[in-house]
Amino acid sequence: MFDQEKLTKLSEEAKNWEEKVLNKSLSKAPESRELFTTGSGDEINRLYTPEDISDLDFMEEIGFPGQYPYTRGYQPTMYRGRLWTMRMYAGFSTAEESNKRYKYLVEQGSTGLSVAFDLPTQIGYDSDHDLAEGEVGKVGVAIDSLADMEILFDGIMLDKVSTSMTINAPASVLLAMYIAVAEKQGVSADKLRGTIQNDILKEYIARGTYIFPTEPSMRLITDIFEYCSKEVPQWNTISISGYHIREAGSTAAQEVGFTLADGIAYVEAAIKAGLDVDSFAPRLSFFFNAHNDLLEEVAKFRAARRLWAKIMKNRFGAKKPQSLMLKFHTQTGGSTLTAQQPENNIVRVAIQTLAAVLGGTQSLHTNSKDEALALPTEDSVRVALRTQQIVAHESGVTNTVDPLAGSYYVEAKTKEIEDKAMEYINKIDEIGGAPRAIDAGYIQQEITDAAYKYQMDVEKGDVIVVGMNKYRIEEASPKGLLRVDPIVGEMQKQKLRDLKAKRDNDAVATKLEALRKACEGTENVMPLIVDAVKEYATLGEICGVMREVFGEYQQNVML
Amino acid sequence: MSKLIRVLIAKPGLDGHDRGAKMIARALRDAGMEVIYTGLRQTPEQIVAAAIQEDVDAIGMSILSGAHNHLFPKVIKLLKEQNASDILVIGGGVIPEDDIPELLEAGVGAIFTPGTLTSDIIKYLRENVQ
Repeated sequence: MFDQEKLTKLSEEAKNWEEKVLNKSLSKAPESRELFTTGSGDEINRLYTPEDISDLDFMEEIGFPGQYPYTRGYQPTMYRGRLWTMRMYAGFSTAEESNKRYKYLVEQGSTGLSVAFDLPTQIGYDSDHDLAEGEVGKVGVAIDSLADMEILFDGIMLDKVSTSMTINAPASVLLAMYIAVAEKQGVSADKLRGTIQNDILKEYIARGTYIFPTEPSMRLITDIFEYCSKEVPQWNTISISGYHIREAGSTAAQEVGFTLADGIAYVEAAIKAGLDVDSFAPRLSFFFNAHNDLLEEVAKFRAARRLWAKIMKNRFGAKKPQSLMLKFHTQTGGSTLTAQQPENNIVRVAIQTLAAVLGGTQSLHTNSKDEALALPTEDSVRVALRTQQIVAHESGVTNTVDPLAGSYYVEAKTKEIEDKAMEYINKIDEIGGAPRAIDAGYIQQEITDAAYKYQMDVEKGDVIVVGMNKYRIEEASPKGLLRVDPIVGEMQKQKLRDLKAKRDNDAVATKLEALRKACEGTENVMPLIVDAVKEYATLGEICGVMREVFGEYQQNVML
Repeated sequence: MSKLIRVLIAKPGLDGHDRGAKMIARALRDAGMEVIYTGLRQTPEQIVAAAIQEDVDAIGMSILSGAHNHLFPKVIKLLKEQNASDILVIGGGVIPEDDIPELLEAGVGAIFTPGTLTSDIIKYLRENVQ
């Protein structure tokens, strides 16, 4: 990137500086540590200069925003054109309660909805299932049937909002319910905007809400790709997620490497199913974490964007520019929050927000200060949303595109993360792709090793977590946490009894039987799931049929 | 030399957050204990059966989904029914302070919340396993 003559000169000057200036300083006052590392534990040099990025070709590696390789962002004007979507993940208790929270968030300036489902819903059990006992409405809203979904979006016109749904194994069912609610509002499916997470591979790796084995799960995903490319063209059909991989303890480079390896597996599966890469690739979206090491995180987002563009272009021969663009949602890092001195978490979230924005995110959820203790209260959610608004309107970082580009450190780090991520992808390719690397436990083992190293570093005090292993105080237990009333479980059970007494049970049985046939064969299951939810077949019934045909995933338990 | 401590680390309920459980399991193993890790989605019945079959001294359960008030006491109840109340039960996860007295009352030995050092858990087990 620089003139060779100038680089030679610079190299001499650097040596001079080391001898005359640096060594003198070090002899008087040594540095506080021998080794400086990033939040992911990678070594950082004292100083970065043009020498560190001398092999970067500007047009090939950095370039212009809205242009390959999209290092600087996928839109030419980024936040000067439009701010990111402030999308707060929320949902708890019943559909009625969650509906109230969504309306509150929209009033407060939230620009997109993000639905959290409870664990029984995520694992395809109705609220009256034995395994749902104690879990109904706890970590998200309980949805058993279209009736609950109608209440969840009551008074919210689905052509006016974009909705993200954190749902994976039963993503097809919840998407079908969303389409059905829209239809009842008079909104056609082609007007719907939003995202389903639909990323089963990271469920096997890190998040745990899997249902079916790998093969039928991948088929459900490609069925959704195909269906949406025709019927719901504005819908993001998958959110390929590094978030949970990072939460489970991975490094930043692993987050990129493992997530893009999952992405490659989905693209390969869809191509194998006969889809043209440019028919579905523009609707692939990504989801990353934002941790505290600001510059490492910014470099991570830039590296992910560049690497994905190269993969889609060179490996898959995608032609449409939209197929090459890595668009992503970010959530601040839940695992960085401390239960001790929870107010400190507001500061952490602010730093992480900056990282996401300087990294060019398309949407952002900011965690609330009390989330290491319970689900957040309305007040703490408001502070988290305000944090985004302060960064958006007061910090000034939105006024120019990719402001950290050209920093010797950030560019060198971006390249380093890209290279490391590519090494992981190569390793996974050698094993035979992400699904096989997961079956072999390779990805899980790498993450657990990184997590354990971090944990031990914290315990030794090599890593300082303010308020937790340093600067502790005596503090009273926090008051006013959000509690979900256990009565929610009973209320959902009653709703199910009423529903089953009221609906046309013969029609339900017919639709479920048609779905079973489709699952046993090869036709796209999506239209049959849409038919079934419209008759108020429950989530548990639909997933039950699929469980019978597909079987269930068996976790490879390892430490 | 004290006896070898055997511990079952379990993930009850539907919660998939297993980072904490895995970290504890590894740390206990590195501290010289014998550790059996169940993996995800264990029912209280499965956990108690595994604990008895593996003849463990203690069960450590991790829950981050809020289902602790239901699942921890159920494990304790089943242990009692099977005359295995000598097995020490400890728990961890995202558990509000206000819930802890009730869980201890039900028979949980100790609850470890986020920010706990694994060395504290090791110490607790060494002091409390009979």
